Amino acid sequence: MNHSCLRKTLRQLTVAGALFALALGLSARAEVAKIVPPTADERLAALEAYVNNTDPGKSLALTPGPGHNAWMMTSAALVLFMTLPGLALFYGGLVRKKNVLSVLAQCLGITGLVTILWWACGYSLVFGTSYGSPFIGGTEFLFLSGVTSAPNTNYAYWVSQNVFAMFQMMFAIITPALIVGAIAERMKFNAILLFVTLWMMVVYFPLAHMVWGATGWMNGVWNAAAVIPAIDFAGGTVVHMSSGWSALVLCLILGPRIGFGREKMAPHSLVLCMVGTGMLYVGWYGFNAGSAVASDGIAANAFTTTTLAAAVAGFTWGMVEKVTRGHASVLGFCSGIVAGLVVITPAAGFVNAAGAVLIGVLAGVVPFLACTRLKAVFKYDDALDTFGVHAVGGTLGALLTGFLATADVNSNLVSAAYAEKNGLAALIKHGGLWVAQLKAIGVTLVLSVVGTIVLAYLVKALVGLRPAPEAEQQGLDITDHGEEGYIL
Amino acid sequence: MKLIIAIIKPFKLDEVKEALGAVGIEGMTVTEVKGFGRQKGHTEIYRGSEYTVDFLPKVKIEIAVADDVVAQVIAAVTGSAKTGKIGDGKIFVLPLEDVVRIRTDEHGDSAV
Repeated sequence: MNHSCLRKTLRQLTVAGALFALALGLSARAEVAKIVPPTADERLAALEAYVNNTDPGKSLALTPGPGHNAWMMTSAALVLFMTLPGLALFYGGLVRKKNVLSVLAQCLGITGLVTILWWACGYSLVFGTSYGSPFIGGTEFLFLSGVTSAPNTNYAYWVSQNVFAMFQMMFAIITPALIVGAIAERMKFNAILLFVTLWMMVVYFPLAHMVWGATGWMNGVWNAAAVIPAIDFAGGTVVHMSSGWSALVLCLILGPRIGFGREKMAPHSLVLCMVGTGMLYVGWYGFNAGSAVASDGIAANAFTTTTLAAAVAGFTWGMVEKVTRGHASVLGFCSGIVAGLVVITPAAGFVNAAGAVLIGVLAGVVPFLACTRLKAVFKYDDALDTFGVHAVGGTLGALLTGFLATADVNSNLVSAAYAEKNGLAALIKHGGLWVAQLKAIGVTLVLSVVGTIVLAYLVKALVGLRPAPEAEQQGLDITDHGEEGYIL
Repeated sequence: MKLIIAIIKPFKLDEVKEALGAVGIEGMTVTEVKGFGRQKGHTEIYRGSEYTVDFLPKVKIEIAVADDVVAQVIAAVTGSAKTGKIGDGKIFVLPLEDVVRIRTDEHGDSAV
């Protein structure tokens, strides 16, 4: 085709496009003319719905609420801040200095990788409903198609769906990044990226759909047809149990670091670790209070319970150390704070202040015992205690939520639309929620463990898991990334 | 001439430097070193992991001096570095064959 011919074709296409657009515009105008404007009552009701975070009705349908959106964008940024640089520094400080950059690179790499996965299919597989399946979402939001600034009322009346998708993406990023802690200092970068890709598809996306998807199997609060009416406010099962148990399995399959138990493997910088802890602590407000997916009273309650549990757990862990060993250590305070945040995660929007303090105390004791006693007995090399803090803490939190959740702080637990239909409301009123929670714990545990066993051996067969012994001894900063953390 | 090597507790460095200045010592070389003697190391615990740290941080001072001031220098270091507790360090005195001041090519006592 020559140039003049091409130009002619283009001109024809332009004319056709303009005519088509005009026709669309005319028909839209014709439709607008047919719509009856909302009455003053309807408009007032919509504003009240905005304040109450309820269904706006037709007057403000598909309009994001500015306050709710503002909080959710803030929360999404806070949750990203938890990974970059919060978790990266928390973990980075705990490894030896020859591996500090490898941990940072793994967190950075996972952030980019999971973002691409989330855009391509992750969001759709978790929050879509086109399959009508309790185990996996759908195809309607592939490549974020149709995910606009209008709210998706399956998940929030007033939050733009694109903001909701970005907020949830930050959870999908931090979850595999948590696994890095157990396998630190001894897994090849390409093996990690391949494992994370597969793990997101096989473990995270299905699990997140089961717990949070509108048609999810274990979504007690928002799915009237949920078979297991369990509750998980911000990811005790989805985020912490899944990453923690998978981390244990992966670290067992990998084997211990060269020199584990013989060489000194002390943290190279508890200063970085403490800085990272502070960022996790602050970022967790987005994680927990943001999980209300609104700037409402439930978010306010989650904000309060998160604050209490983290502080109490950090103090408890430090004091347990002081009593049993004579020193309250910085790492002890940091570990306790993170443990407190982990354990309150599934409960944050469902328990009151007293429940949060109880959770804080237990979070300061139980993960402490897991990191010190359990690890000493079984001698697995969970390098940075991902299992001890996240798996044990997440499991503990999911179970405690079953005992401490109360409709006094969250009326969704007894809603007529969902909770009364799937049996959650009865469990809240008459007790027994902990049984549903145990079932959810069991499902999460089996999916994480079995999924990780299969995927770890698959990755091992495809690209190998461990670096060469010389590379591991030299440190992954140089061998995997060609850089040094500290040139002094 | 003698080369005096003193291994001391790091926090005593300033006092030792002043005491040496007071007896007329005009130059020294200082290095941060690690080691242990009878003091041995200490234990560090990170969550469940316990490590014994054998090598403790110390400061090494090297001073070249004329033979007639050796006793004064030793007295200055012991006087200022002593805490009376285990781990105060040691002083080694070595014979020194020659000293050269690079700028002037001077040798021996005049170069010290």
